[in-house]
Amino acid sequence: MRLALIRRDTAARGAMIAAPAVALVLTILCSLVLFAVLGKPAGTALYALLLEPFLSWYSFSEVLLKMAPLCLIAQGLAIGFRANVFNIGAEGQLVIGAIAASALPVWYPDGTSALMLPAMLLLGGLGGMAWGAIAAGFRTRFNANEILVTLMLALIAAQVLNYLLLGPWKDPAGFNFPQSVLFPDAALLPILLPGTRVNVSLLLALAASGLAWVVMRHRFSGYQLLVGGMAPRAAAYAGFSERRAIWISLLVGGLAAGLAGAAEVAGPLGQLQRSVSTGYGYSAIIVAYLGGLNPLGIVLSSFLVSALFIGGDNAMVSAGLPVAAVWVFQSLLLVFYLGGLAFLRYRLVVMHRPAQSVP
Amino acid sequence: MSGIAFILAGTLAAATPLLLAALGEMVVERSGVLNLGLEGMMALGAALGFIVVFLTGNHALGFLVAGLGGAVLSLVFASLVLGFVANQVAAGLGVGLLGLGLSSLVGKAYESRTVPGLPRLHLPGLSDLPLVGPLLTQDIVVWLSLVLALGLWAVLAHSKAGLVVRAVGENPHAARALGFPVIAIRCGAIAFGGTLAGLAGAYASTVYTPLWADGMIAGRGWIALALVVFGTWATGRIVFGALLFGALSLGELSAQAAGVGLPSQVLASLPYAVTILMLAVISSDRRRMRRTAIASLGQPFEP
Amino acid sequence: MAAPPLLSLEGISKSYGAVRANRGIDLTVDPGQVHAILGENGAGKSTLMKLIYGVETPDEGRILWKGRPVTLANPADARALGIGMVFQHFSLFETLSVVQNIALIVPGSRATLAGRIRDLGREFGLEIDPDAMVHDLSVGERQRVEIIRCLLRAPDLLILDEPTSVLPPQGVERLFATLRALRTKGMAILFISHKLEEIRALCDVATILRAGEVTGRLVPRDHSAADLATRMIGRNIPPPAHPVAHDLGEVRLELAGLDHAAEDPFGVSLSGLSLAVRGGEIVGIAGISGNGQKELAALVSGEIAQPALRRDTVRLMGQPVGDTGVAGRRRLGLAFVPEDRLGRGAVPEMSLADNALLTAHGQGLVRRGFIARAAERAFSARVIAGFDVRSRGPEAEAGSLSGGNLQKFIMGREILLSPKVLLVAQPTWGVDVGAASDIRQRLVAMRNDGVAILVISEELEELFEICDRLHVLHKGRLSPSLPTRTTTTEDVGTWMIGGRAA
Repeated sequence: MRLALIRRDTAARGAMIAAPAVALVLTILCSLVLFAVLGKPAGTALYALLLEPFLSWYSFSEVLLKMAPLCLIAQGLAIGFRANVFNIGAEGQLVIGAIAASALPVWYPDGTSALMLPAMLLLGGLGGMAWGAIAAGFRTRFNANEILVTLMLALIAAQVLNYLLLGPWKDPAGFNFPQSVLFPDAALLPILLPGTRVNVSLLLALAASGLAWVVMRHRFSGYQLLVGGMAPRAAAYAGFSERRAIWISLLVGGLAAGLAGAAEVAGPLGQLQRSVSTGYGYSAIIVAYLGGLNPLGIVLSSFLVSALFIGGDNAMVSAGLPVAAVWVFQSLLLVFYLGGLAFLRYRLVVMHRPAQSVP
Repeated sequence: MSGIAFILAGTLAAATPLLLAALGEMVVERSGVLNLGLEGMMALGAALGFIVVFLTGNHALGFLVAGLGGAVLSLVFASLVLGFVANQVAAGLGVGLLGLGLSSLVGKAYESRTVPGLPRLHLPGLSDLPLVGPLLTQDIVVWLSLVLALGLWAVLAHSKAGLVVRAVGENPHAARALGFPVIAIRCGAIAFGGTLAGLAGAYASTVYTPLWADGMIAGRGWIALALVVFGTWATGRIVFGALLFGALSLGELSAQAAGVGLPSQVLASLPYAVTILMLAVISSDRRRMRRTAIASLGQPFEP
Repeated sequence: MAAPPLLSLEGISKSYGAVRANRGIDLTVDPGQVHAILGENGAGKSTLMKLIYGVETPDEGRILWKGRPVTLANPADARALGIGMVFQHFSLFETLSVVQNIALIVPGSRATLAGRIRDLGREFGLEIDPDAMVHDLSVGERQRVEIIRCLLRAPDLLILDEPTSVLPPQGVERLFATLRALRTKGMAILFISHKLEEIRALCDVATILRAGEVTGRLVPRDHSAADLATRMIGRNIPPPAHPVAHDLGEVRLELAGLDHAAEDPFGVSLSGLSLAVRGGEIVGIAGISGNGQKELAALVSGEIAQPALRRDTVRLMGQPVGDTGVAGRRRLGLAFVPEDRLGRGAVPEMSLADNALLTAHGQGLVRRGFIARAAERAFSARVIAGFDVRSRGPEAEAGSLSGGNLQKFIMGREILLSPKVLLVAQPTWGVDVGAASDIRQRLVAMRNDGVAILVISEELEELFEICDRLHVLHKGRLSPSLPTRTTTTEDVGTWMIGGRAA
């Protein structure tokens, strides 16, 4: 007797809902053991990680604040992932977007123009797109694998950021810290919820989610991308251009990440600093998959992962848990989720050995 | 030491982590599986290896534990892509991030600690030769890695086991029809790749730069993945590519030491930029790529 | 007491999910016997062979080898007993050489194996260069490699799954000579086919399978082909009505000196292809697959576009389209049914409605860039009703349909586009007899309505049945146009092996 996965004739949609739930439970169990092995108070850590974010208005507002970039980036990435274009360097596109957006306030630190903020967002989006476009160009022109190119570009972007913050863009009055001047008010995003740091980028993220839903669900262009991802040869047969899918995927992914980067420097950071790159671009990959690459699912998964980040900050204080624990938790979620997703297409059956000869 | 001698002496050591990881990944990809978790497996190996060497001072034990750690993590990946037929890209990224997270979690307490490296073996006669002397004076792991490369070449090109792995990578369905256990073979290849990634990480953290710093693998897993493509899945070319990158990173160090008028960030970006260019050069020959690429690479296998 | 049979199956059953591929099969094979397994597509022949070769294990029943019950857990067990199998879709590896492919399952050093390959080749007319790379070999040569690989293990039973589908008529004769020589050495052969004349010519006994069950055992020489067909299908199939000649329209599709250097190193290069298809005629492309059929189809469909300089080599509705992509050619009135249904002609994970959208988006299924769901569903419902597609309706996933039903859906979708030119590759591959005859009638009806149709097929009988003219594709070159009414299969066979008709 053994267990085997047998392919279903029709996808079991229930698995799309069940998989994340089961993954969360398994991740909690796994983390309990892991934290205990590391000698951390596992109960306290989990309480801080999973519940504390929701126990005070301030923590909750911080969840909403962090959710905005995660959701925005993940929406952009998911479009590419569904088209089989794997942009895993969103972190670099975010950094370049943040840098491009920072150029204006760095050069005009006393600017008061009402156009400053929109121009920063525009530059941020364009910067992210440009970084994505490099990968798209290398893929379409030279057939170079976009997974590796986007990742390498992310590593280069980190060096560009270092260079600027240690050199030309360093705040002369900043006690030699690697950070730019503080941005003027005209370069800051308006606050959405008074008394918190939540700014209008949350609306931007939700609007992008709505747009992504319409495109992937109801637009013919979204359908073409889906076909390219599910069955590339069917896309070629129907005449849907692969080059176009690659360009759209990387430009949209870059745009979203670049906007998120611009919103970070124009939002909670208020200046360009190293902490603009804290791994949102990588976390967004997890968010995108956990959300089932579905625009609505991503809104939920970005909320969950954002809460983990806030909870991780709390757990650092209350349980002495390093930030890395949040990454372990997130990636465990993804690992269990991917395993659970098998039940969308397969069902588990017990196979019996064939009936043996009876004399 | 002059710049050239410095580079000659250090190239092999700098190349070794890349070489070990890339050789392992080559075998994994030859069997038809793309393991994007390489960076995380190296990082976990680096952290575990460092901790064991730090606590026991025993390099052999450190490498053993690092190899086991890489193997265990790679088996998590294997169970996802082989057992649960998960998307290989997503599973590789997820397991890779898990490895990175675990490495910084377990390594937290050892941040900035150092351990003694491995001695370089003085080969009587050879090590005293002018110019090539430094090149031939290396630690034991460097030599073992080169022997491994030679062995892998022989196995893949000339042994039945090598033929079977290549057959599985080209057409798993036909291989199954002939009676080869495709899943088990791929699982073995993945575990082998994970072990080598763990060893590669341990070499980086306990021999090449014997100190622990979070994020010390710094993209080397990804460069190793690119090396496999650059080497068109052939052992000899992968060795060449690893040496090239070893020399490049040494060149970067000596340029910095010599005070070349370039910002250090430009030099630090160089390996990444070269990786992109090298991928472009090799991949743009589409005919060659199609001839050498592994036909079933990245595709889920359902019996 | 007589010696026990070489192989006997008793009550073998095998299910895949809800599909019962084999039900209570009994079968006996004696030494030195050429035993045919006869049945149409989907009757369960391939499943049965996989059970005998140990690729799959039966759910019920037992297998006896030389009178002893055996368990065949994998092909290695079967090979150890003395069973060899030549697969329909070969189990060869293109990136390995002949001798490497053989070394995968036959022990021995490279040099000994190479010597034995040459010896066997001479003895049985299966000459092959041991050091050739498999991707350089023709389909017929690959089959020789497969057979040699089995023979090197000196099996008592050799299973051949549809071996003649990849051979020209002369090649079939040669294969039969080899098989007869093996039979006189005492080897038993299980010969799977749906080609009745071949079975009558070669086989001593035939077991007929229908819908997974044994429905008859007979000596094929004692029965006519028509009788065998009726027994195989279970009912009478009306004889094909040859299309009557009628007036032709203008030239709608023209290839003029089309050259193509294969970008894929495993592909076939085409040179100097010229042909013309007029409205109201069906032109066939005969030939063994692997002689450039895939490339020709892609060059006509636009999946491979030519450089602008050579745009004149393909003309559609009088316009040069060599450098136009798929979408542009479809706008001119081209429709295309490809040979692979899942993953090319249809997206398996998508519903039939969404699969209709794949090529029918120009039929009012998309308005201002938005998918018109009601129109999409209505269109696919029309295809389903009009072409007798057995499915759960427009919401059914394409992957859940049987091969024949999905082919009818794709064919129907392309026909409802009201094309001016229709390109069809392997219209009845893997399709059961009833559906195949439906599909051929549809094609003839379209021809009678004035559509220009180009059919690429391996099935020579099918081409003779529906085509007005045909060309033979061999090693990337086309024969002259051969009118089907005045050409014999032998003439075509000569072109299929590259020779000029004597």
